[in-house]
Amino acid sequence: MSENTNLLSVKNLKKYFPIKSGLLGGQKGAVKAVDGVSFDIPKGKTLGLVGESGCGKTTIGKTILRLHDKTEGEVVFDGVDIHSLSREELRKIRPRIQIIFQDPYSSLSPRMPIGEIIGEAVREHGIVPKEQFDDYITKIMRDCGLQEYHKDRYPHEFSGGQRQRICIARALALNPDFIVCDEPVSALDVSIQAQIINLLEDLQDKYNLTYLFISHDLSVVEHISDSVGVMYLGSLVEFAETDAIFGKPLHPYTQALFSAIPVPDPDIKMDRVILEGSIPSPANPPKGCKFHTRCRYAMDVCKVEPPRTIEVDPGHKVVCHLYDEEIMKNKENEK
Amino acid sequence: MSDISKNNNSNINNDKEQAKDKALRKKANYISAKETSAISKRNRKIVDSFEARRKRKNVQESEYTTTMRDPNNVVEFDDLHTYFFTDIGTVKAVDGVSFDIPQGKTVGVVGESGCGKSVTSLSLMQLVQRPQGQTVKGEIRFNEGGGKAYNIPDMPDDKMQKIRGNQISMIFQEPMTSLNPVFRIGAQINEVIELHNPEMNKDAVRKRTLEMLELVGIANAEGVYNMFPHELSGGMRQRVMIGMALSCNPKLIIADEPTTALDVTIQAQILDLLRNLKDKINSSIMLITHDLGVIAEMADYVVVMYAGRIVEKGTAHEIFHSPSHPYTVGLMESKPAINKRVERLYSIPGKVPNPINMPNYCYFRDRCNRAFDKCAGEYPPEIYLSDTHMVTCYRYAEDTKGEVDK
Repeated sequence: MSENTNLLSVKNLKKYFPIKSGLLGGQKGAVKAVDGVSFDIPKGKTLGLVGESGCGKTTIGKTILRLHDKTEGEVVFDGVDIHSLSREELRKIRPRIQIIFQDPYSSLSPRMPIGEIIGEAVREHGIVPKEQFDDYITKIMRDCGLQEYHKDRYPHEFSGGQRQRICIARALALNPDFIVCDEPVSALDVSIQAQIINLLEDLQDKYNLTYLFISHDLSVVEHISDSVGVMYLGSLVEFAETDAIFGKPLHPYTQALFSAIPVPDPDIKMDRVILEGSIPSPANPPKGCKFHTRCRYAMDVCKVEPPRTIEVDPGHKVVCHLYDEEIMKNKENEK
Repeated sequence: MSDISKNNNSNINNDKEQAKDKALRKKANYISAKETSAISKRNRKIVDSFEARRKRKNVQESEYTTTMRDPNNVVEFDDLHTYFFTDIGTVKAVDGVSFDIPQGKTVGVVGESGCGKSVTSLSLMQLVQRPQGQTVKGEIRFNEGGGKAYNIPDMPDDKMQKIRGNQISMIFQEPMTSLNPVFRIGAQINEVIELHNPEMNKDAVRKRTLEMLELVGIANAEGVYNMFPHELSGGMRQRVMIGMALSCNPKLIIADEPTTALDVTIQAQILDLLRNLKDKINSSIMLITHDLGVIAEMADYVVVMYAGRIVEKGTAHEIFHSPSHPYTVGLMESKPAINKRVERLYSIPGKVPNPINMPNYCYFRDRCNRAFDKCAGEYPPEIYLSDTHMVTCYRYAEDTKGEVDK
């Protein structure tokens, strides 16, 4: 994995939303939705991003696409920093980065036929010559498991799974290199989920796509991702290859998250780590390690000092004092 | 779009064929205004006769009392049919469902959306949208204790109000939309208790409410008592809902997708809470969900529904260790499991049949990967693999068993 094969690299990305109040709208503080996140995605691979709701997963996705302006940091896509582009340059790069949203019911215009929903941006960006337009849309629809006669229909005539196929077709039609999948299967039934996941995998093989797969469903993430990042309150707490992280979760939060997944076998009784309380407010995150309020291994040092990123195994990074040899040595000495 | 029409015009033959094709498709999916009015006229008659029966005054108690088949059951569904009479046809949302909920046990109901699992529970609460939705056939026997049992579909409204929320209560999926945003938490729980216990005074009611909030693991009960729903997180709201459901010591709690809207970590908390509470107050739970993991963890008995019918039922052990109906097997294989990597997920082909024109043969046949000749016949009978394990599939019928294995 050399540096230049990375299609996308995010460096120390921060996104704060200001809290305004009072008559003049003076800024009172900021919601730190994304607070210093860095990762790379090699070409043709899938990065899974997991975490509880409100931890900033979706904000990362949107900031990568520049649907939100960043507060700090860099988003480098194929050698260009997306947040430094001018309007016109950004417009040119947009077809290459696409997004699939969570809710297929609200992300399709109810007044447009399917052919138009998929084709609008294709025509706008001049992806194919006019005379091939019709065939091109048909081909994309076929690839996504839709029939040609669906073209003249409206979104309300489709089921949830089919709508998600339309969303995928819309993203795919622009011939993108990179797709942000923001909880694409969460709103769907189990059997439909499997169809959509298989479709996403087939398309990845066919078009050599790169995915950022955002989900709170760990079993789906394990299935589809090559590497996984676990987020808590706007920061990555653990990052590793899928097999490594599921085989040996290191961060106490990751462990708790994994043990919370119900196993479809009545005979397996998990010794579950149940996290007390809920996620603290990102406007006023706890000092030191953000997780110390719910962590069962919390030490005194966690309340004061934010932990460093430690590479335990090659490629397996964790942000926790438990794996910081210096701190653990000091603790031993104190005893 | 103009390019498309130009292209099409150049080829007249093709155009004609397309128009014909389109007309055919329309016929399959749409019905004319004339047909609709005929259907609605016919439906009106049926619905009116049900409503007239409902609206009678002074219904004798003997009309809706019945006896339980097994006194250890809290609820027995017996051949329940709940239909919706719509202007485009009759939707058989629940079409012959029978299962029991034993005392102190958890029964899980699984199925895809639209398979009738929610309608089954709503029929039990008499909350099906009337007048279109009617329980047309079958019994739901509710064991009130002391040898008394009621047949819920026949109960008059005023009697039902004494049971609903009191002896049977329900936890809904969306905790935000099921709490009233303009009332404080305390007032909303008080209301339930006051309504069902008119003899309690205000202080006693308040005390009971605080007790309930503490029971469901809310640390700051006094504070939450005076809060509005928007001040609470999703998990806390669901706790409040559970507290409300438990406030009258119900015999049965219906939990309709109680954790679907929550995060995994919060889901683990809520499931843990439900499990502990069930033992504490000794009530039964009917757990409706599409998450097989949740079912495996919580349920003693499992009922798998497909298109308004039960395709398989049994103990959790039987269903998870020897799933028999191809639909159950498909459901299990299509769910990715942690630490069990597969190259490709199994996906059940096709989709759920149109609920208005159900076929006569097995509803699952068109999507089944193990269908054979016999499946084209009428809907398969209930076949018992063990005392508790029932499956409706010809593959397990005595007379056809040999054929399949060949």
